[in-house]
Amino acid sequence: MSFLELQNITKIYPNGTKAVNETSLNIENGEFVVFVGPSGCGKSTLLRMIAGLEDITNGEISLDGNIINKIDPSERDVAMVFQNYALYPHMSVFNNMAYGLKNRGISKEEINNKVNDVAKLLEIDQLLTRKPSMLSGGQRQRVAMGRAIVRNPKIFLFDEPLSNLDAKLRNQMRLEIKRLQRQMGVTSIFVTHDQTEAMTLGDRIVVINNGVVEQVGTPKEIYSKPNTKFVAEFIGSPQMNLFNCKIENGIAHIADMKINLNNSTNIDDATLGIRPDDILISDNGKHSCVANLVEYLGSDMIIYSKIGDQEFSCKLSSKINLNAGDTFKFEISGTSVHLFDNTTGSRV
Amino acid sequence: MTKYISSTINHFILSIGLLIMVVPIWIIFASSTHSSLFINTNGLQFFLGDNFIDNYSRVLFKQSGFFNEITALKMFFNSFVMATGIATLSVITSLMAAYGLVYFKVKYATFIFWLIFITLLVPLELRIMPSYIVMSKLNLVNTFAGLILPISASAIATFFFRQFYKSIPDELLEAAKLDGTNSLRFFIDFLIPLSKTMIAAVFIFMFVFGYNQYLWPLIMTTSEQYWTVVMGLKTMYGSISDRFAFVIMSMIPPVIIIIFLQKLFIQGIFQNK
Repeated sequence: MSFLELQNITKIYPNGTKAVNETSLNIENGEFVVFVGPSGCGKSTLLRMIAGLEDITNGEISLDGNIINKIDPSERDVAMVFQNYALYPHMSVFNNMAYGLKNRGISKEEINNKVNDVAKLLEIDQLLTRKPSMLSGGQRQRVAMGRAIVRNPKIFLFDEPLSNLDAKLRNQMRLEIKRLQRQMGVTSIFVTHDQTEAMTLGDRIVVINNGVVEQVGTPKEIYSKPNTKFVAEFIGSPQMNLFNCKIENGIAHIADMKINLNNSTNIDDATLGIRPDDILISDNGKHSCVANLVEYLGSDMIIYSKIGDQEFSCKLSSKINLNAGDTFKFEISGTSVHLFDNTTGSRV
Repeated sequence: MTKYISSTINHFILSIGLLIMVVPIWIIFASSTHSSLFINTNGLQFFLGDNFIDNYSRVLFKQSGFFNEITALKMFFNSFVMATGIATLSVITSLMAAYGLVYFKVKYATFIFWLIFITLLVPLELRIMPSYIVMSKLNLVNTFAGLILPISASAIATFFFRQFYKSIPDELLEAAKLDGTNSLRFFIDFLIPLSKTMIAAVFIFMFVFGYNQYLWPLIMTTSEQYWTVVMGLKTMYGSISDRFAFVIMSMIPPVIIIIFLQKLFIQGIFQNK
């Protein structure tokens, strides 16, 4: 039995909206799982159901062997870091962190020790007497995490905690969260709509779309073998190129371009997915196109072009000398492409 | 340069406003320090006289009323008890009513709220007979409870607290829930400290409202022992300087409350921001 088990979880709001549909998921002790998906896909709802902040319409959640559907959030022993931190504005940083412990009847001395230890760990021990209004965004973030850590809960829940930070701080906090989670080994669930965060943080990623789990797997699995067209498009930056095509005897026809897939499939309405970095530019390439736009990113550059009327991008080292308007030759290996059946949307 | 001109104009307007408000009070105060005879012969005074201690101590300690059963000092005490009672109870009842309406899944909460709000259309003066009958059946005529209870629930205060609670983000409650708080603790540990400034404002407002009550205490009290300051203003027919002295003193308690709570008010604004 897994540490946290979700069985056929469904959430229907009173107005009839189905936010989460028949979701089942097992999470092991100590794992760092990331829920990722576009906004409104139900990932936060799922997290809030685990926390107990949202009623479950159907299904069962069990934590550490106990079914927790009906258990009050205060007794679930989970801690959550909110998107806007939800620090208690009238309490000092110390009291913000100590409040949960006080409610659990822990002695003053122990509270003092715990809060001080965690404050040192997060490097906020200088701020303990301040009020949240006197802290910067990054400091608030740390306090919010400190408040969660200090209680030593069974699970950490993170609800898009980095989205209010600027890019630089976000990267820094991301690393820190990862480091802390490794260090403490507490089971964590992290909700984000940012696929980079998902890829870098998660031991496993759960891709959710329209209230349904599209795929669960390690970042590598998700990236290299996306199960559905949605996952293929959502994970990876720049986005995977998706071409509508017809497959005849293992050969994909995209406009007048032919790609040999080395198999014998026949699909009338298929989508061929090719990662921008799987398009290899070389002078002996079989295909050629005109670069419409070149985006220079430092070490890499991205070229936007068209095959027939379908746009695509490819990523290559910026050492290659190529400008907008130039014609370039490229090669696509039949083994590095992802094929999806348009009628089912899933991988072939 | 334009900055100076606009600032001068602003100050000029403000000074006029200040004078309009302060000068009459000053004239009353200055006149209250002269003897009645002097005022009767020379009219209202702009400068201080030398009867300050005489006049004020006489007014404070003289037995007065129709049966000479009450002193001004006792009236101040009565008014203070009544105003404090009304203000305190209003704050408590409206805080809790708003808490119930906003945070509990009460069916028809909005409807109940508007029902409470409608009572604004029925002020005490309109329901004075039924209120009196209820109080007299409860044997509360000539008691502080009788003076306080019928005016101790405020719809407008409930409205203020309700709007304020609605502006508190839900995440705060959720975070507190996960931290193991219950409804009572959330009320005490979060809502009360967060609404400190609003409590101060409502308290000032209701204190002045209670202090200014005239008709209700007039009807509720048959014994002079329970007379309030505002009743005294109308019924204390002393000499003219005595009445001026009484008027000046009657302004002091609300002013003290405002000065005292204003400090908390400003403190609260800076801390809770």
